Amino acid sequence: MQLNGAQLIVRLLEQQGITTLTGIPGGAALPLYDALSQSPIIRHVLARHEQGAGFIAQGMARVTGKAAVCLASSGPGATNLVTAIADAKLDSIPLVCITGQVSSSMIGTDAFQEVDTYGIAIPITKHNWLVRDVKDLLEIIPAAFRLAESGRPGPVWVDVPKDVLTASIEIGNLPAPAVRDELPQVDGDLISRAAALINSAKTPVLYLGGGVIAADACQAAVALAEKAGLPTTMTLMGLGAMPVDHPLSLGMLGMHGARYTNYALEEADLLIVLGARFDDRAIGNADKFCPKAAIIHIDIDPAELGKIRRPDVAIHGDVAKVLERLAASVQTNPRHQWVARVDALKQAHPMALPNVEDPRSHYGLVRAVASLLDDEAVVVTDVGQHQMWVAQAYPFRRARQWLTSGGLGTMGFGMPAAIGAALAQPERTVVCFSGDGSLKMNIQEMDTAVEEGVNIKVIVMNNQSLGLVHQQQDMFYGQRIFAADYRRHTNFQMIAAGFGMQVFDLDETDDPRAMLAEALRSRGPALIHCSIDVNQKVFPMVPPGAANTEMIGG
Amino acid sequence: MDICKESTVPAKVALELAVRNHPGVMSHVCGLFARRAFNVEGILCMPVGNGDESRIWLLVRDDARLPQMISQVEKLEDVISVARHAADHRVFERLEEFFQ
Repeated sequence: MQLNGAQLIVRLLEQQGITTLTGIPGGAALPLYDALSQSPIIRHVLARHEQGAGFIAQGMARVTGKAAVCLASSGPGATNLVTAIADAKLDSIPLVCITGQVSSSMIGTDAFQEVDTYGIAIPITKHNWLVRDVKDLLEIIPAAFRLAESGRPGPVWVDVPKDVLTASIEIGNLPAPAVRDELPQVDGDLISRAAALINSAKTPVLYLGGGVIAADACQAAVALAEKAGLPTTMTLMGLGAMPVDHPLSLGMLGMHGARYTNYALEEADLLIVLGARFDDRAIGNADKFCPKAAIIHIDIDPAELGKIRRPDVAIHGDVAKVLERLAASVQTNPRHQWVARVDALKQAHPMALPNVEDPRSHYGLVRAVASLLDDEAVVVTDVGQHQMWVAQAYPFRRARQWLTSGGLGTMGFGMPAAIGAALAQPERTVVCFSGDGSLKMNIQEMDTAVEEGVNIKVIVMNNQSLGLVHQQQDMFYGQRIFAADYRRHTNFQMIAAGFGMQVFDLDETDDPRAMLAEALRSRGPALIHCSIDVNQKVFPMVPPGAANTEMIGG
Repeated sequence: MDICKESTVPAKVALELAVRNHPGVMSHVCGLFARRAFNVEGILCMPVGNGDESRIWLLVRDDARLPQMISQVEKLEDVISVARHAADHRVFERLEEFFQ
């Protein structure tokens, strides 16, 4: 059959199982959009800013675990995508990003809307390509999906000059769709050594990162914890891997973890780290983290083993496969004494949730929303105080229930990611907790949400400030609040109504619980507004550079 | 370089990379070292065989972060293999006359 490059890309995407993608057209991407307009299979969701498109794709990828696609044109289209792609890299989210580029003959001439997309993409992707010949697409597009989803997932970027999009090619059959690379072989000797360490440990802790969710290994991890009596902590990215109300759950560790969590870790003689990378917000001062603990580190990315902390046993492998082997060699042991000690720490140093009974307070709103939803709902956040309050107080019980920008910490992530989650799983209610600072960063995507009719509920916790900056200036910079307060009140209710969203203002009701229930029951996009006291803090807090046991507040 | 001075200079290592030969592979390799704040002191690159592959030689300092750096390099899609040699490997020694 005779196709042009753009048609070939669309056929390869269809064959890969892509039914929804998102982006914004522009000059260099016009042939691609023309080809897309003829696809009977693919639905294109028009974002209002390319960063929004990147995060919509992330939302789709985060709830499904499959690579999602975003498109943009050259120049500003490509540069606007950068933050969302970098965010996907740090959180290991599979994305395939395809951009138009100026024609090959114009590259390097400072042509209109030309930017060095290839060079820009290198440090923020797993891999990237500039397509130089239309026939290379036959190899590159399947490879893009294979790489995005294989091993440690991540974003890849394919930059396609306009002349490659319009060049014609005669092909017989399309190449086979990509399949993931084989998983690494697990070394039996290392499994035995890891099992021996676990069997002889007195106070072991299981430490679950986002890699456990990426590997679909949550059930296996919980089973190991139950068999070997392992109190279990989760990183921000690992929340949902074990239900937080599981008796062995220690909840989230780190900078804003509960006191009992960080204290229990201090007493650990062994850490079994699965699919995690010893991020500084999780472990605090690396030299003072779990000083007595031996380390077993299991990860699909060999470069993570020994990067921050030298493990006693390092296993390069798929967490699910390794757990399968490990479970057989680990002895059943309820570890009553250690579990009782951990329970005593929980009693003595519980997570403090002040004003939790009040649905118009920070923790109270999070808990009130949770009480109105079941575990099928998806919970998305933006970045800041509200994100940490949700991480601390929401009862996560399911993998992929929780979507947040962990590594890059991108304000503006929330609403477009929620749109993506709702596009991929329209049967679910998708709740996005946001702050007034974060919401302003991609507020234009309200338009996309309304146009697509997605079932998202954006809960803006409005303290009229950049709350986490405000908190740190208050605590560590002599209370000199600077550039962290908005001097003017923003009428989010009117803005949302202007875009066509339903609006529920908890400030303006006598029965906030009833209004919240009505809002969450409604179909389609809605804004739920609630004013929050600017002086509320995220506690406990480990000061920058301190050990995790040196917490303030809480 | 006199012997006295040499003894205070950190040891160096020559890395030999086999890579897929296409435009951009040098950017991937050099960019990785630069953004992880790891200095590359010398670099050589030439195609080998029929031109499908290139060989890149890198002269780097042997500090505690080098094993981590090597494992990051090994992850690059276009890097086929990485071998580590002592810095007195003749590839850089024989070039000295071009850098007088």
